[in-house]
Amino acid sequence: MRNDKPAKSRYILIAVPFVWLGVFFLIPFGIVAKIALSDAAIARPPYTPTFGLSKGWEGFVGLVSAFDLENFVWLTEEALYWKSYLSSLEIASISTVLTLAVGFPIAYGMSRAKASWRPTLVMLIILPFWTSFLIRVYAWIGILKKEGLLNLALTSLGLVDEPLTILNTNVAVYIGIVYSYLPFMVLPIYASLERLDDSLLEAAYDLGCTRISAFWTVTLPLAIPGVLAGALLVFIPAVGEFVIPDLLGGSDTLMIGKTLWVEFFSNRDWPVAAAVAVVLLALLVVPIVLFQRVQERNAGLVK
Amino acid sequence: MRRSSWFSLTSVTFGLAFLYLPIVILVIFSFNEGRLVTVWAGFSTKWYVAVFQNEAFLNAAWVTLRVGVISATVATVLGTLAALTLLRAGRFPGRTLFNGMIYAPLVMPEVIMGLALLLLFVAVEFDRGIWSVTIGHITFSMCYAAVVVSSRLVSMDRSLEEAARDLGCTPVSAFLLVTLPVIAPAVVAAWLLAFTLSLDDLVIASFTSGPGATTLPMKIYSQVRLGVTPEINALSTMLIALVSTGVVFASAVSRRFERRMERERQAVA
Repeated sequence: MRNDKPAKSRYILIAVPFVWLGVFFLIPFGIVAKIALSDAAIARPPYTPTFGLSKGWEGFVGLVSAFDLENFVWLTEEALYWKSYLSSLEIASISTVLTLAVGFPIAYGMSRAKASWRPTLVMLIILPFWTSFLIRVYAWIGILKKEGLLNLALTSLGLVDEPLTILNTNVAVYIGIVYSYLPFMVLPIYASLERLDDSLLEAAYDLGCTRISAFWTVTLPLAIPGVLAGALLVFIPAVGEFVIPDLLGGSDTLMIGKTLWVEFFSNRDWPVAAAVAVVLLALLVVPIVLFQRVQERNAGLVK
Repeated sequence: MRRSSWFSLTSVTFGLAFLYLPIVILVIFSFNEGRLVTVWAGFSTKWYVAVFQNEAFLNAAWVTLRVGVISATVATVLGTLAALTLLRAGRFPGRTLFNGMIYAPLVMPEVIMGLALLLLFVAVEFDRGIWSVTIGHITFSMCYAAVVVSSRLVSMDRSLEEAARDLGCTPVSAFLLVTLPVIAPAVVAAWLLAFTLSLDDLVIASFTSGPGATTLPMKIYSQVRLGVTPEINALSTMLIALVSTGVVFASAVSRRFERRMERERQAVA
């Protein structure tokens, strides 16, 4: 289609998904920003000012002048919020490192498996991702509980004297995140390791590398794009995770997704919830842009 | 060159055990006679009977099914169009924004998307219920669909389309006659993925739903908060069975399709 003049169908092609995402993805963020700058609870729905578009420019000016940073000031003053942000970032970072530690050997093992086995292994890694997230998190409750199966196994093997308290602690949250996001880490790493040309390793051995130094100097650098994509795929959603800290974490597990949920559904303070979302988004802008770059490069859209 | 095989074998084995053991345990205890999900008291299918007698579960399942089928279908169409835009439309104003809007929802925390969509529905006074949930699901699953379809489209030989155009096809008929058959497995995979995403979603549904539109994950979540029951295990087992059958079946069909394409290609050459 190199010499095509822009056909009408091309514009329809672009317009339909573009408009959909504009209306249901982009505009909602504008509304979130607007409400984050509004005052709390006067009418129902609990926020002011309302849309001023019917009043034209004057309405718009009035709307803007009614904006204030009250909600954001509130976020900085209330320890709960910034503690939630910090602890979300901490939990997400630790979980990402743990997922990498668990996922890399699996991806490496898969890439070293017989070629005929690999599609099946990929399938086996993907399959749990298709089963409900909620169900997979739920499955861990029965395992990690005080009278759960893990403690049962540990005590009957005589490894511990008393049942460990794992459920409702941050440890359970780490386990939940590693478990739920593992396929997202394994698959990109596998994809980059699978492309690795064996002759490169042979060359490294011929030039006097040991197995370990060949791994460090050849395999690992080539796996970096996959590691980066995997780490971002785990880190970004994990920062805003709600289900895992809610079901596996304890009352002292602070995560911003949970704080936002409580602010919204329990306290019904929509402006503060919106402000929480705006700050969370601001925190994630850099990793999200980075992810896009990595993704476009891996998809072959950018050379 | 498979010298590190013992290490590979162990890590893959442990990895798969870690991934599957919790699910296997969940399934086993759905057949437990007793109420506890950790102490085995004999085989029974009574929890499955209980699920089918639970009106709330059945209603929620029906809502989920409708939302899933509609949203997956629309998301697949929009996602395919988006994939074509990504790979075939060349340069156009707003291209970077478009790419951003495709990739951002893949990693965007669900709480943000859910909140944003809800505030949109409130601002335009759209009644919240099954349709608002459906729109929410379309919006995030179309991006997954776009990624799945574009991964197939990127490896497609473009000269096929160009040949069709040279032979007098309109862009639309070239797409329907040439491109679509080639990307068909990816389109099917995209539909399945969009459907499962809709079937799984708790957070976005909770934000965008209204009275009378409780989806299955919402129902499961409210039950789980009250405690672990074998009834949830039974329901989960059925969902897992449904989804895995679908995925295994689809991948078998897709492999068969691939082989047929390969044979035809060889026959031509």
